[in-house]
Amino acid sequence: MKTDRIFGVVVILVALAFIASAMNLPAGNIFDKLGPKAFPIIVGAGLAISAFFVAFRPDPEPGWPDIKTILALVLATVVLIAYAYTLKPLGFLLPTAIAAGVLSFQISPKPTTAVLTGIGLSVGLFVIFKYGLGLSLFALPRSLMG
Amino acid sequence: MDIFSNLALGFGIALSPFTLMLAVIGCFLGTIIGALPGLGPSNGVAILIPITFSMGLDATAALVLLTSVYYGAMYGGRISSILLNIPGDEPAMMTTLDGYPMAKNGRAGDALVISGVASFVGALLATIALALVAPYLARIAYKFGPAEYFALYALAFATLGGMASNNQAKSALAAFIGLAIALIGLDNNSGFTRFTGGNLHLADGVDFLVAIVGLFAVSEVFYFIETHGKDTAVGVKLGKVTIPWKDLWDTKWTMIRSSIVGFIAGILPGAGASLGSFMTYMMEKGIAGEKGGFGTGVPKGVAAPEAGNNAAAGGALVPMLTLGVPGSGTTAVLLAVLMTLNITPGPTLFRDRPDVIWGLIASLLIANFVLLLMNVPMVKIFVRILMVPPAVLLPGVTMISFVGIYSLSGSYFDLVLMIAFGVMGWAFRKMDIPTVPVILGILLGYQMENNLRHAMTLSGGEWTYLFSSPIAAVLWVAAVLGFVAPMFLRKVLKKPQMVED
Repeated sequence: MKTDRIFGVVVILVALAFIASAMNLPAGNIFDKLGPKAFPIIVGAGLAISAFFVAFRPDPEPGWPDIKTILALVLATVVLIAYAYTLKPLGFLLPTAIAAGVLSFQISPKPTTAVLTGIGLSVGLFVIFKYGLGLSLFALPRSLMG
Repeated sequence: MDIFSNLALGFGIALSPFTLMLAVIGCFLGTIIGALPGLGPSNGVAILIPITFSMGLDATAALVLLTSVYYGAMYGGRISSILLNIPGDEPAMMTTLDGYPMAKNGRAGDALVISGVASFVGALLATIALALVAPYLARIAYKFGPAEYFALYALAFATLGGMASNNQAKSALAAFIGLAIALIGLDNNSGFTRFTGGNLHLADGVDFLVAIVGLFAVSEVFYFIETHGKDTAVGVKLGKVTIPWKDLWDTKWTMIRSSIVGFIAGILPGAGASLGSFMTYMMEKGIAGEKGGFGTGVPKGVAAPEAGNNAAAGGALVPMLTLGVPGSGTTAVLLAVLMTLNITPGPTLFRDRPDVIWGLIASLLIANFVLLLMNVPMVKIFVRILMVPPAVLLPGVTMISFVGIYSLSGSYFDLVLMIAFGVMGWAFRKMDIPTVPVILGILLGYQMENNLRHAMTLSGGEWTYLFSSPIAAVLWVAAVLGFVAPMFLRKVLKKPQMVED
């Protein structure tokens, strides 16, 4: 109920901003009758109309997880973003082992499995990607490798 | 006969040792992907696309590899349905209804063999039908102008929306979100950048591969963190596998009927393999009647949905190859493959690149025989792989997604965008908003706008031009029906619940 109403209203606002932004684009000419603005306005209007129906006739409230699980999901997202930014400067092995280990621990809280999964995936995938598929990956930080 | 010379051309390509090797690898990977709960044909193919392109395969080779994975995943889905009562992928859901009871009765091996053979019959007949039907449809597609294509895209969104969700407004919303995302970036016709908010990374637009991998693969890890992989039941034991000749003979008509119905369901835009297996199961249940014992573990209940979903998988390739309109999540992913390879699906593909089309069809025929071998005599290998726990599998899938996207684009921004799509995929799943229309919108948005603008320029701005030709009019009527009809049919078409332990 509440989720759908809030989501619907947010999407309507985004759709209005989308349409407003499209209005600033130039109109069409003889070679391109509609120009770059017409289709975005149609899409924006469709977005607003369908969002209106979602807000107006909401489904039963989805089963959102408790606060502990939400925090676990936020942590997972942060770990993934950190992984994205460290993949290149720190090399493949270390960030992959940490990220895979953390995710594994979050799915099933067994420390030994998580550590082994982290190390196993990191080394195993590196060998497959680097030597099996020939992708260019660096195992360690480049500053260490000269 | 054209078809024989075409097939000869195709087999000439498909029988080269390298292509053959790719087909075998694809089948093997595909069966694993299908069998593992949490990985299905759409996200399995999705995470493999970036890796495949980083390897620098040519168009035919990449296509053979990825469609073999697709076919393989359709076969593999049944393994966990039967042994664990967890569908390995969505189309395999109907297989749990009779497959799992059969396995509990100590006939797990028989169920695997019957479903494997049914998959083979369905996929083989569908591939033959694809070879026969597709060239004709491609010829009709020559009559399509911009107005017809615009109507066709509308039809694809309407029917997909009708089938994909329980709430029409939500699937329409999802489609419009996809279209809106597709509009971000440089407009090729006018040279203006749109909706980037001044962000230079967005000027190139949102890469559909980033969206697909995020929505289909990364979202899965969030889902498993939330549930802690609790769904993973302890399965039944598999004894010695023998071939139940009598059951196979008794189910022959079921397999053939289901293949035909499944193929037709697959051709319909927006329907795809899930509908194929659903329709065939219900049809066979109706034919067998009360005495048929459907739901208690009968061979026909395993054969029907498996023949149906594999035939539908072949059928779904018809609109994708001839018109460039995918009918399901997985064919949308395959369309993304073609677009990344710079191949425009459609009638011109049949004329200009017969090597791609017929090489693909011939490879699929070969892949089927490989899959039959893998899935019947060698099925025990794949059963072992099912034991991989989610705590190892899902981190692995995530890491593969990261490396794939990273080696393809080399940009941090794309990786973060992929994570954002992952979070979005998780939230949408919670809110019962389907993600397949989002993907379809991102994939087709550019073409849809182009065709609309082209049509309006041709007609001098007359809107009625969009509905003026008979083909376009029929497509619009079908689109409206496809969107509205499920609202009334929903009660009738209610899916049967899974068997509880």
